[in-house]
Amino acid sequence: MKFIQSLLRRGFEPMEAALSRVFTPAWNPFYQLGAIGFFFLWIVVASGVYIYIFFDTSIHGAYSSMERLTYNQWYFGGVMRSFHRYASDGMVVVMALHMLREFALDRFRGVRWFSWATGAPVIWLVMISGITGYWLVWDQLAQYIAVNTTEWLDLLPIFGGTIARNFLTNTGLSDRFFTLLVFLHIAVPLFLVFALWIHIVRVSRAKVNPAFGLMAGITLMLLALSFIKPAVSQPPADMALVPGELAMDWYYLAFFPLLDSWPGNSVWAFAGLATLLLMVVPWLPRGSRVPAAVVDLDNCNGCTRCVEDCPYNAVTMMPRSDGKPFPSEAVVKPKLCVGCGICAGACPSSTPFRRAVEPITGIDLPDRPIKVLRQDTEQAAARLTGPSSILVYSCRYSVAAKDLENANIAVVDLPCIAALPPSFIDYVLSRKLANGVALVGCPDSGCYNRFGVEWMKDRIDRKRDPHLRQRVPRDRIAALWIGRFEKAKAKRELQAFSQRLAQMTPAHSEEDAGVKRA
Amino acid sequence: MSSVLKFAGQGVFYAALAALIGYFATTPAYRHFPEDQALLRLAFNHGGAPVTECRKRSREELAKLPPNMRKPQSCPRGRVPLVVELALDGETIYRDSAKPTGLFGDGPSKIYQKFKLPVGRHNIEVRMRDSRRETGFDYERTFDLDLGPRHSMVIDFRAEGGGFIILK
Repeated sequence: MKFIQSLLRRGFEPMEAALSRVFTPAWNPFYQLGAIGFFFLWIVVASGVYIYIFFDTSIHGAYSSMERLTYNQWYFGGVMRSFHRYASDGMVVVMALHMLREFALDRFRGVRWFSWATGAPVIWLVMISGITGYWLVWDQLAQYIAVNTTEWLDLLPIFGGTIARNFLTNTGLSDRFFTLLVFLHIAVPLFLVFALWIHIVRVSRAKVNPAFGLMAGITLMLLALSFIKPAVSQPPADMALVPGELAMDWYYLAFFPLLDSWPGNSVWAFAGLATLLLMVVPWLPRGSRVPAAVVDLDNCNGCTRCVEDCPYNAVTMMPRSDGKPFPSEAVVKPKLCVGCGICAGACPSSTPFRRAVEPITGIDLPDRPIKVLRQDTEQAAARLTGPSSILVYSCRYSVAAKDLENANIAVVDLPCIAALPPSFIDYVLSRKLANGVALVGCPDSGCYNRFGVEWMKDRIDRKRDPHLRQRVPRDRIAALWIGRFEKAKAKRELQAFSQRLAQMTPAHSEEDAGVKRA
Repeated sequence: MSSVLKFAGQGVFYAALAALIGYFATTPAYRHFPEDQALLRLAFNHGGAPVTECRKRSREELAKLPPNMRKPQSCPRGRVPLVVELALDGETIYRDSAKPTGLFGDGPSKIYQKFKLPVGRHNIEVRMRDSRRETGFDYERTFDLDLGPRHSMVIDFRAEGGGFIILK
């Protein structure tokens, strides 16, 4: 599985890097595939409402009403029909990319199992919505889908083997049955919206709207496609003839040829197993569980910064339980915590400057407390012997910076770049542990832990608590937001930073800033 | 990167996405059914005879039953399976025994079979046994069909209409 993930990441990363350059990271479509999927869905809903106004919901009127809409009203009705079809197809494209990307980034284990597992029913509902839509046009493709689907459904005992009998002859077709299909095509998407809500309910600050520019671009793209290749019907359905060659929509109908070549029960077994496999992926093979963050009430003043910064809603505020004069205290929900350490990075008590007492903070990771982070920092700094030394804090989901260590570069690994309290940067520079500090994290807007890069940038820019102190010289800090496979770029950037540092005057110290050592 | 290049890059992205969506929305074409064949479907639901004869209840038996359930005869719920055969131009190409549906085997048996036949004239003979007898058939019918390319024909069964019919 790791091999497939690595292969996929190698495919995604260059594309993402290229798209970040042309779109900027904030508009990068690959960083908001889910949100684009939602946008496609809204287009499908809006265009569907318009089409429904002109649609004749009878089996004999459906085809002609769609033809009138497509040709007599080509300038708008036809465009709406094309929007309806192509936005539906686009939804499948981004859904597949979204799923593959989350899989490639290993973002389906632990607390993320819920979003992953609830994604499988979403796929079914999207497919059912699309397939029932194709029935309604009642052309030869609809006939093919109707006959094959009902024959397939008839294999299930609950249907009693009678649905396919609705599609034996032209005279046997029933308007009432067709009305049921119209109802299904409206009801299933409603269930889809509900399933999507469940899919994102555990995601904090879920992004459901893509950047405005992307929405405009996608709308224009659909408009152009609608005029270049308008969505049209195939010849009308005729039950006296078996459809021969069909222009298939492979996004929704790719598995239909299986029904022509495999026994229907085998297709059911395949579909069932594929769904089951998809749903159990988070537990196959067993992911290592990182210990959840813990709160130390003696050092927690209920400031809520950890709650604000947690990307997984794993920290909440509760009434104070220890009698201290603060209204609330932070409480971690271990089941939701991924151990990213962003909360520890956000805690104002997370400081390495304490010497008289052990550095203990209000909320911390049991397997990598602040005390250990300071030890790691000092040990890494001790390895630096070069003239323009850089201490690198590196996110473990970004490039493997450890491989770049040399006399001028020493690396401290972090579970997320935002797990680093900004005071550590001050500590390294003011104590002259290194000439510069480099922060290496995931690509901008593509953080493994969703907001780590954003929060860290805001802390350095003093837009988000805890701020990096004003006295820290910003020119001695370098930020590299890059992907796992951009080792050459990381090496280049660090070398350039090292050269810049070599040309600077010696680093400031606490004494320069008027701070007394403890 | 200059803004011109950025816009050009975005244009390339949207064009690629449109091409991806537009192409697979209709192509490649799929050949579902060959031009030189026709489709014959044998499709019907029909209940076989009860598995045994009805039995007359004795006076003692009737007395033990609640008044509203005192039917003079006791009939089994289960039905016999249907035995169905279809012969094409004298050669039997399908023979099956269709079990009754339902938890207690008291529902109708369901037949839904598809046959791809070469285009042209064919003699089709359909036979079905729905009684408790061991051999022979209760219904038989022969059709001479002239099947064109991709023609779809359906043979149904209507007990009240005399047996097998071609659905129009």
